[in-house]
Amino acid sequence: MIQLNNIHMTFGAGTPLETRALRGITLDIQAGEFVTVIGSNGSGKSTLLNTLSGEAYPSKGNILIDETDITFWPTSKRASLISRVFQDPLAGSCENLTIEENMALAWNRGESRGLSSALSTQNRDHFKTELARLGLGLEHRLSDKMGLLSGGQRQAISLLMSALRPAKMILLDEHTAALDPKTAAFVLELTCKIIKENQLTALMVTHSMQQALEVGTRTIMLHEGKIVFDVSGEHRQGLNVSDLLDLFKQNQHGESLSDDALLLS
Amino acid sequence: MSSIAAFGALESGLVFALVAFGVFLSFRILEFPDLTVDGSFPLGAAVTAILIVSGVNPWLATLAAFFAGLLAGIVTALMNVKLGILNLLASILTMIALYSINLRIMGKPNIALLGDVTVLTPTESWGLPYYVATPILFAVVVLFMFIVLLKFLNSQTGLAMRATGANARMARAQGIQSTKMIILGMAVSNGLVGMAGSLFAQSQGSADITMGVGVIVIGLASVIGGEAVISPKTMFLALLACVVGSILYRFAIALALNADFIGLKSQDLNLVTALLVMFAIVAPKIKPAIKASIARRQR
Repeated sequence: MIQLNNIHMTFGAGTPLETRALRGITLDIQAGEFVTVIGSNGSGKSTLLNTLSGEAYPSKGNILIDETDITFWPTSKRASLISRVFQDPLAGSCENLTIEENMALAWNRGESRGLSSALSTQNRDHFKTELARLGLGLEHRLSDKMGLLSGGQRQAISLLMSALRPAKMILLDEHTAALDPKTAAFVLELTCKIIKENQLTALMVTHSMQQALEVGTRTIMLHEGKIVFDVSGEHRQGLNVSDLLDLFKQNQHGESLSDDALLLS
Repeated sequence: MSSIAAFGALESGLVFALVAFGVFLSFRILEFPDLTVDGSFPLGAAVTAILIVSGVNPWLATLAAFFAGLLAGIVTALMNVKLGILNLLASILTMIALYSINLRIMGKPNIALLGDVTVLTPTESWGLPYYVATPILFAVVVLFMFIVLLKFLNSQTGLAMRATGANARMARAQGIQSTKMIILGMAVSNGLVGMAGSLFAQSQGSADITMGVGVIVIGLASVIGGEAVISPKTMFLALLACVVGSILYRFAIALALNADFIGLKSQDLNLVTALLVMFAIVAPKIKPAIKASIARRQR
């Protein structure tokens, strides 16, 4: 179980530019839950993700994974528990390494790395079967450089890489946002498949309310660094975008949402 | 070019192949512009020279040079990752500090090794002329380091190091401690350069405080020149490119300085070096540019 207790994040505290990105986020995520997070620009989605991945430490509050306090663990230490798919398809892999080398990096995620050869016939075979699941023919291109692939292909491999080793949680940071609609749909479908097959606990940040409702088992919405609503189970069944907007209005005492990007997508 | 000059070019080409390996590790693998080498090269020479004149086994003295270079690399890396000093500046600081340290180690600006036992002494009994025996011995050393480095770069740790240089954020997300990798890479890089300085001093018969000037440019020229000749698609090819680039560079210099019709003298060495580096950088871009201009004209 992942627990966030009263997480606050303030940038530039005490200066005129003080920004309170997170103002007391408390969230319990059960093992096996697939949480989608929505919110407009500046609502704190990215900051929340960064505190979970270890790229930023909260100013207040703590994060527990199965009772272990990981609040101040550096990213590299957290990698044994948390895997991540970035928004930018170029960020999640190394373009001048080959496909198999990239996968070998993920194969040892969070483990100590020794002087034995990074690639063996054994793990190559494993990578091949994994790649074959994508149905993109990449299993025949193991020694091609990552840079030769398209954004969608790279994102698909990033997904595979994130699930190559067991993780307590997988973080998806608007990972379909930089792709064309058709590829985005493919990657999203793949995401659901991988999460289901590996019974992963996931947190997916998205810009689209539609997408947030279509996938996952639970949806939370952030606004100005706070959780404005948190729906799951029966309450979430049959909700549509306008219901979400109503929920938002109720919880914000009548203030309505003015982020076109969020409404239109 | 006489055969002695050719063997001489081969010999220094092989010594500087070790420098090229080091520069390849820092500039290419870690993307760390490292000028420490201008200090760690004479550091290796100084350590070896002082140990050899005090009667230490020359191979041990060479190993000591490797470790001295290792330390120099660690200092630069620590300044960068722990103190947050810009990588290039950190390396310049170590480089100038090493000038004083090298003088302290040697106690004087120059130590002669003539008549002392060096790693080259056993080759005298091979029955070959000295200018043939030396490159053979150095080729063995370079081959050994080549194999060790190749194994390392393809190991789990080596792969982690390559990922750190290519995409540090992704590397961290995979659980790689990027600071550790930078320290390790810079250590090995400068260790290799220290070893090169040691071998160079032993083959030249002296260690000199000024022998490090421009080593980084020669190392870079070798790496870039090698890449222009051999496309570094795999680690094997990349390391091979370092060796080939280093030897080619030495031959290019020897040819330029020995060709009477051009009229260059040995004092023109640095000018020729700079021009060669410039050419090696520009050459790979010329071909596509010519193709593009032909394509434009045909339209």
